[in-house]
Amino acid sequence: MNAPDRNPRRAFIAAAGAGVAGLGFTAIAPGLHLMAVASEANAAARPAGTAASPAVRWGLLIDATKCAPGCTKCIDACHTENGVNEKLPDARQASQWIRKIELVDRRNGKKTELPMMCQHCAKPPCVDVCPTGASMKRADGIVLVDRHTCIGCRYCMMACPYKARSLVHVPLTEQNPEVPRGQGCVESCTLCVHRVDKGQIPACVESCPEGAMIFGDLNDPSSAIAKRIASVPTTQVRSDLRLNQAVRYQGI
Amino acid sequence: MKLLRLVATLLFAAVAVLPAPTFAGGGGRTPKPVVSIENPGKCVAPAEEMRRNHMEMLKHQRDRTLRQGIRGEPASLNACIECHASKRTGSVLGGKDNFCESCHSYVAVKLDCFECHQPKAKFKAAGLKP
Amino acid sequence: MATLNPRHEEGLFYLLAAIGGLVSALGVGAALYMEHSGHVVTGMNNQIVWGLPHVVAIFLIVAASGVLNVASMGSVFGRKLYKPRAPLSGLLALAMISGGLAVIMLDLGRADRIMVAATHFNPTSVFGWNVILYPVFYGVVAVYLWTMMERRMYPWMKVAGFATFIWRIILTTGTGSIFAFLVARQAYGTALLAPMFIIMSFCWGLAVFLVVQSTMYAWNGLTLPPLVLQRMKNLLATFVAAVLYFTIVLHLVNAYFARNIAFEHFILFDSEFAGAFWLGQILIGTLLPLALLLNPATAAKSLWVNVAALLVLVGAYYQLYVFIIGGQAFPLDIFPGYDVKSSFMDGAVDHYSASLPEIILALGGLGIAFTMTTIGVRILHFLPQDDLAELEAAASATD
Repeated sequence: MNAPDRNPRRAFIAAAGAGVAGLGFTAIAPGLHLMAVASEANAAARPAGTAASPAVRWGLLIDATKCAPGCTKCIDACHTENGVNEKLPDARQASQWIRKIELVDRRNGKKTELPMMCQHCAKPPCVDVCPTGASMKRADGIVLVDRHTCIGCRYCMMACPYKARSLVHVPLTEQNPEVPRGQGCVESCTLCVHRVDKGQIPACVESCPEGAMIFGDLNDPSSAIAKRIASVPTTQVRSDLRLNQAVRYQGI
Repeated sequence: MKLLRLVATLLFAAVAVLPAPTFAGGGGRTPKPVVSIENPGKCVAPAEEMRRNHMEMLKHQRDRTLRQGIRGEPASLNACIECHASKRTGSVLGGKDNFCESCHSYVAVKLDCFECHQPKAKFKAAGLKP
Repeated sequence: MATLNPRHEEGLFYLLAAIGGLVSALGVGAALYMEHSGHVVTGMNNQIVWGLPHVVAIFLIVAASGVLNVASMGSVFGRKLYKPRAPLSGLLALAMISGGLAVIMLDLGRADRIMVAATHFNPTSVFGWNVILYPVFYGVVAVYLWTMMERRMYPWMKVAGFATFIWRIILTTGTGSIFAFLVARQAYGTALLAPMFIIMSFCWGLAVFLVVQSTMYAWNGLTLPPLVLQRMKNLLATFVAAVLYFTIVLHLVNAYFARNIAFEHFILFDSEFAGAFWLGQILIGTLLPLALLLNPATAAKSLWVNVAALLVLVGAYYQLYVFIIGGQAFPLDIFPGYDVKSSFMDGAVDHYSASLPEIILALGGLGIAFTMTTIGVRILHFLPQDDLAELEAAASATD
């Protein structure tokens, strides 16, 4: 019900590869790479009854140079997958688990676009400030909100350096059965934890027609994401805060 | 002192009125819950145990799943819903005949699960807009 | 003794209590409406997550601990003038913190889960610390009031007063630290906020005390002894000046750091908050009261001292509004050096206007504090009784 149709994406990659020469070639190679990552994650599916392992640290690598201007496929895929679809009269009150940021370098006018979401910090300020411990980090590094104990105080929203969190401002009824979310609780990107636990990759990564996102285990030196990080310069946003995020960017 | 007397009178009135429906329960003013088991014999535990302990089972399972990431446990709210949702409406909520709501409204225990969780089973929910 | 006819006077009391009760009840009603509909009925959003209710609640909580200072002056620092004022200061502290906490709790996204805050504790959270600081504050103030009002407990008064003084300093440190411990916000995240909140509490608490004290004296047809007035207005002027000092240092430090210049420019000159800062906080809340309190012609008159105290309270509202709302309205600097744009207000200044339910909820907090104070001073004996001869002697001895 929720996964976007995959065929148009493949068609897009093929068209991009065939049509737009330079850009197309850079897009198709990571596209193939993406398939490899997907199967790798599938192989790592955790058996039922076992807990998330601290040996694993799930992460994302986003190549901003490949992020196509105006494209919102990852946002649409995320919000479809997670049932984030409520329309509010004041858009500032609606939840956004992931958003597209357009950057213009003040020094030279260079334009960049990239998707921004919960950065899944190793030392998350939201977890530090939460009075009830509802804001939590799983053993494998995924930062989540336990909505059973979230009281909706919004202190985590004040503390997050990335503006990654939203408060659900209205009663909800059409949640995805696998993604519970509700009024009065704070929420953010879960790194598609319900998919990752099944051995799938996050919806945003799967949806990216440019193959600009890689998902995988940062702790496994043989994983595609770890290899890429070891070979090309990547950055963590606001690295001055020393929060050691699991989401890294390339090309900013 | 007048104020104190007033407050005391109001409190007494409230205490006197509140328990009335409870007393009436045995007399049949409040209809007994209708619990129809549409898929009998497949539950994760005997009905007797489920009636007493389902909330504890769900609570412990929810903490293990959310905080430790343990999936595929028998006591899963989604699994409850798949089995117990009304064949007619596809939901465990909605009226006196729906599985969760029937008992919870009878015993007047607030049902908080569905503020966040989807009360409709997938066989129906699949047809709804995402 | 009373200038009012006793029957009218009793009627007036019931009227005031009823108005206070009604405003409190409306506040609770507004909170129930917000809980039913969700925060969509408020002016708060995903950028400005704390709004008017928090401005009023934090004012009440900060002033609550500050008002206790009057008691501490008597019991901890041995000032005779303040001793008869200690019980009233304790009552006001309890009333105001009750109003403030009620607003904070009723504004929660899941106010029905307030018990979770008591059963689940995160030791690294400043909010978590506050969950412990507030109930203990109730406890120590209650015990302190008991030692003051029960003759057999008199020997313990000094100990209880000292404990209360220490605890209220810790409590306000906790309140200031809510903002001081935010790592990524330009407006917050400085240790200066903890002592600054303490000095703010001294100032606002004393202003509240002066206004309530004058009202009680007028109600009973009494006038405040000039010596008492003079001492308390001098103290208020000192506190107002101290808050001004902290405000100047805070903005100077921020303006010195290149990374914070944009925010300082925004908050001081180029936003809807600039007017609130210069007119509300600086002119109305600081300079006018200082002029009234330092000019011998106005400072000798009870009326003008009370006007000054009221202006300080108006300024307090503007100060917190600029600090809390203005601080959130300015966008987070996620990508330093870049101009940013998104569908989620990145790089954009947000605008906040409180909705009616929020305003009623905020007023409800003031209503709770007002009602508790009104009933408290009626039922128990809180009117300060000065031994004038002793005061004069003490004054001539210390001067």
